[in-house]
Amino acid sequence: MNCRSEVLEVSVEGRQVEEAMLAVLHTVLLHRSTGKFHYKKEGTYSIGTVGTQDVDCDFIDFTYVRVSSDELDRALRKVVGEFKDALRNSGGDGLGQMSLEFYQKKKSRWPFSDECIPWEVWTVKVHVVALATEQERQICREKVGEKLCEKVINIVEVMNRHEYLPKMPMQSEVDNVFDTGLRDVQPYLYKISFQITDALGTSVTTTMRRLIKDTLAL
Amino acid sequence: METDINSQDRKDLDKFIKFFALKTVQVIVQARLGEKICTRSSSSPTGSDWFNLAIKDIPEVTHEAKKALAGQLPAIGRSMCVEISLKTSEGDSMELEIWCLEMNEKCDKEIKISYTVYNRLSLLLKSLLAITRVTPAYRLSRKQGHEYVILYRIYFGEVQLNGLGEGFQTVRVGTVGTPMGTITLSCAYRINLAFMSTRQFERTPPIMGIIIDHFVDRPYPSSSPMHPCNYRTTGEDTGVTYPSVEDSQEVCTTSFSTSPPSQLSSSRLSYQPAALGVGSADLAYPVVFAAGLNTTHPHQLMVPGKEGGVPLAPNQPAHGAQADQERLATYTPSDGAHCAATPSSEDTETVSNSSEGRASPHDVLETIFARKVGAFVNKPINQVTLTSLDIPFAMFAPKNLELEDADPMGSLHSDGSSGGSSGNTHDDFVMIDFKPAFSKDDILPMDLGTFYREFQNPPQLSSLSIDIGAQSMAEDLDSLPEKLAVHEKNVREFDAFVETLQ
Repeated sequence: MNCRSEVLEVSVEGRQVEEAMLAVLHTVLLHRSTGKFHYKKEGTYSIGTVGTQDVDCDFIDFTYVRVSSDELDRALRKVVGEFKDALRNSGGDGLGQMSLEFYQKKKSRWPFSDECIPWEVWTVKVHVVALATEQERQICREKVGEKLCEKVINIVEVMNRHEYLPKMPMQSEVDNVFDTGLRDVQPYLYKISFQITDALGTSVTTTMRRLIKDTLAL
Repeated sequence: METDINSQDRKDLDKFIKFFALKTVQVIVQARLGEKICTRSSSSPTGSDWFNLAIKDIPEVTHEAKKALAGQLPAIGRSMCVEISLKTSEGDSMELEIWCLEMNEKCDKEIKISYTVYNRLSLLLKSLLAITRVTPAYRLSRKQGHEYVILYRIYFGEVQLNGLGEGFQTVRVGTVGTPMGTITLSCAYRINLAFMSTRQFERTPPIMGIIIDHFVDRPYPSSSPMHPCNYRTTGEDTGVTYPSVEDSQEVCTTSFSTSPPSQLSSSRLSYQPAALGVGSADLAYPVVFAAGLNTTHPHQLMVPGKEGGVPLAPNQPAHGAQADQERLATYTPSDGAHCAATPSSEDTETVSNSSEGRASPHDVLETIFARKVGAFVNKPINQVTLTSLDIPFAMFAPKNLELEDADPMGSLHSDGSSGGSSGNTHDDFVMIDFKPAFSKDDILPMDLGTFYREFQNPPQLSSLSIDIGAQSMAEDLDSLPEKLAVHEKNVREFDAFVETLQ
């Protein structure tokens, strides 16, 4: 099974990075979360209810909808905050990307650890710009808002293609497909990672990996 | 058409489509109320949340939707449409969007109704939630209040896109294939918001299909009047209920099987009779029209309507600026699920502060509306009765007073065909005093809110007005020779003074 990959790109001001990333990630997760499963006898299950809430951005003329789950929101804010700090500290051009990967776990026999097989990856590339005047910032607020509207439309278009989704699991396998650790909603298993690109255009992580490999090769 | 669908699946599918249509209308109208929506997740299935999504049901909206559908379902050639339009305080109106729920002939015979179709409809509703926040009308609706209001109209039949102007754009929310056809949800929205610049509708005879039809039945197959995207439920103690509410609260207990799809025929959805009072029927829904107040503080939720509310405090400023009655909701958070409605923190960007730097389409709309003072209140307070003041959009309410455009606007609240959705509301509106955050909860005549309202539009400084400026200039010129003579006389003193400085 091939992993579906979608890439989105945004150019934002430094203070807009967090909100832009949260808007995209929450919009994707809104579509990739269900209510909590409650398994009954005979292999049937019922599904809890997912609430939603509007979030107004402070630095962008934009409102997005997220799943009503504070736990999920906190988890996303934490990683987006780390990404924002890494971007700021990189001192380079301000290029970076975040990846939201949905995966399934495949149990392996001992001593091998479980395999994680991604089935959908969303990559958001961010380019941070620096603006000089308040008027530019005001225009940027609106432009980024319009861009994010386009991104939401793109995301919705992909979601409604109804391409591969993991099969609904039996009770014993639900943790291989869904993240059941949250109290109120149940997103598909996901992981978020990010990379900062330095001025040379090479990713910092790949540089490190190359160094380590070279060292080991000696 | 020849299908392999059995009767139970057919019944399930019809039910899904019916409730999907009702929920679609709810999502769209709620997204145009002008406030943020918030519903709570629940890990245990409540049995009343269709498609496993917490979407409240506003009774009036459900009533209107059912009236428009009249027992039918969206089918090929018969679409359900929700039209969103904008209406200014002068009576000009403009269609902003048409949301269409359509069915086409493309069938998916293999798909499973109770499992795949249901889940895909749920996904489509989530997409609708997201898309309703990104079309241009969303930002307009968040700023509605003084200058304009947002109205909705539901009709069934052929889609009418004429009112959207040239170059309208469309966005597809999504599709779901079923054995009876493919359900498609899309939105056509206007991008040319500049119609008002010509003011061609002002004080001219009403144009058929645009103005008067907003308030009477349209001459279309399934005509329906416009409704404001604001609403008041009548509350439980007035005894006005919609018989159809029970139907809309029909419980849907969904049970899914984890067996492979081919064995799904053994699992069935079970429906239970309506449990009244579940979820949304108990709530009074908020209506927030405080967009003109330019406050960045969230509005506090007020006393529930059942307690009779607070009597109207006559603290309207004399010049009527921004003096709309605070149409805050009466809100009964019976389950705490509904979040406080807060206007956008960008309230400072109201029309009277339109910034010239903006290049968006909003710019045009806002420039037109700029420099209008007290759009809804251009009459001194004593001309309007207290009862009328209780009604939101008092300008639109039928007044037997001196309102010049009474006829076109009169029926917005007294429209009999709206099924009493607003007919009984005159008695039920409770005026709540606006209490800005951090202000003391007292009854001083000059509290923060009053002060803010009064001095929001101060009169122009007299010294800045041109006439007075010209006068003083003339006086200055006249007195100049005398002043020069005096100075010349004292020139020695001046010279001595200058020498002391050196």
